[in-house]
Amino acid sequence: MKIVALSGSIVGSKTRTAMDYTIKTLQEKYPEVHVTLIDLADYEIQFSDGRNYLEYEGDTKYVTQTIMDADALIIGTPIFQASIPATLKNIFDLLPVNAFLNKVISMIVTAGSSKHYLIAEQQLKPILSYMKAQIVQTYVFIEEADFYRKDIINEDVLFRINRLVEDTVVLTETYTSIREAKEAEYGF
Amino acid sequence: MENYRIDQDKGLEFGIYTLGDHLPNPLTGERISAEQRLHEIIEYAKLAEQAGIDFFSVGESHQEYFATQAHAVVLSAIAQATEKIKIGSSSTIISTSDPVRVYENFATIDLISKGRAEIIAGRASRVGLFDLLGYNLRDYEELFEEKFDLLLKINEEEVVNWSGEFRAPLKDARVLPRPQSGSMPIWRAVGGSPASALKAGYAGVPMFMAHLGGPAAIFKRTVDAYREGARRNGHDPLKLPVATAGFFYAAETTQQALSEYYPHINEGMKLTNGQGFPKQHFAQGADPHNIMNVGSPQQIIEKILYQYEVFGHQRYIAQIDFGGVPFDKIMKNVEIIGTEILPAIRKYTAKS
Repeated sequence: MKIVALSGSIVGSKTRTAMDYTIKTLQEKYPEVHVTLIDLADYEIQFSDGRNYLEYEGDTKYVTQTIMDADALIIGTPIFQASIPATLKNIFDLLPVNAFLNKVISMIVTAGSSKHYLIAEQQLKPILSYMKAQIVQTYVFIEEADFYRKDIINEDVLFRINRLVEDTVVLTETYTSIREAKEAEYGF
Repeated sequence: MENYRIDQDKGLEFGIYTLGDHLPNPLTGERISAEQRLHEIIEYAKLAEQAGIDFFSVGESHQEYFATQAHAVVLSAIAQATEKIKIGSSSTIISTSDPVRVYENFATIDLISKGRAEIIAGRASRVGLFDLLGYNLRDYEELFEEKFDLLLKINEEEVVNWSGEFRAPLKDARVLPRPQSGSMPIWRAVGGSPASALKAGYAGVPMFMAHLGGPAAIFKRTVDAYREGARRNGHDPLKLPVATAGFFYAAETTQQALSEYYPHINEGMKLTNGQGFPKQHFAQGADPHNIMNVGSPQQIIEKILYQYEVFGHQRYIAQIDFGGVPFDKIMKNVEIIGTEILPAIRKYTAKS
């Protein structure tokens, strides 16, 4: 199983901190899972100009290809101006319409205010559904107060991250085996 | 329809097209050489002619996993190797070429083939060629529209006066040689969306509509948009041919056809489009109303006749060889078309 942990912003540290915890949990609980971190802050990615993702070059090609090759994605995103960051939206724009068909996606959201809680529900999930993802419905919402410098100090957040990791792996396994059984029935 | 060399009394025309892809056979993991692939394409055209197929076309793609970048050269070889089958491009990317040179090439192919050449002009679904040939992807739409208009003008007028944004102006220019009958059929390639079809209709040019899968009814909207566009701009849709083009694979049983063809489509699309073809969608391809012509010969006959009823089109064009389908399977398909499918289709669609 290949999982990509996508940290969707190029500024700040909270989302990346949460993603580091998530990857660590994933590696400890499921050492057989192959996990790749993509922190958009580490890459120079161009804006989507509508071409097929195969035809981009450099970092843009690497990032889109790595996402397309994954079985599951854990997306980490901050909330900027009451929405997801443009850097994350650009990743979606770079990919084909049905890019997330047969992929499981879960979400971790960091925000400066609890008022942002429903933004993932109302803005991120519709994009993922449109792109045909199997969504882990419950996401982890982490607020400013849960961090101290680059650590998570609210233990409940760690419990929630644990559950998110487990749900992501379980749903990927389940969905894959159901799909494979169905495909075997087609007999070709 | 005569301008387009189509005689409707003879019924629905049957053609074959290849993108000229050069992909490994997923069953063996091996890929034949570009040299062998080119020779097989020429041989494929000869076999199609022997089977009584009406039309054969070769596409232009400038990227990895393709072998017919110089598609006009390949068509020229086919012109020499055959005698009566109509030949064309599927498609010529007019946006990144000089329409004068394209016309010179195809008029020459028309003379070599003694009046059998056609141009199908498209915008490219893969855009790597813009960088390769020095064009800006931002001009994607405008490059096509301007150059396609010029191509049509050259076809209609022997002495051309023209000026535009993407090419030096033409002043009393004579574009030579002229095709055998003075002009030749030029089609607009449409990817299946009604918006693009509307433009083809509006311009009053024949439409070559490519499709993957899905119910025929969806593509009927595109055909309707095309005819509506034509009507709106004063063209008579009854005089404008429509061709449909898509996946085709025949085997003894439908199950066998799906099973033999699927790995080629799925793996081939992964390499050229970056995503495989979902098995669930492919399985639906067997449905009698699905536009994908994959199945037993009898089932394919029924599907094509159903599509004929829905679209009232003039030509159906089959894509068989995608994704490294081995040549013996291609030959087998051509044989099934010639012995079983063509006779049935002509019997039901020809006026006699």
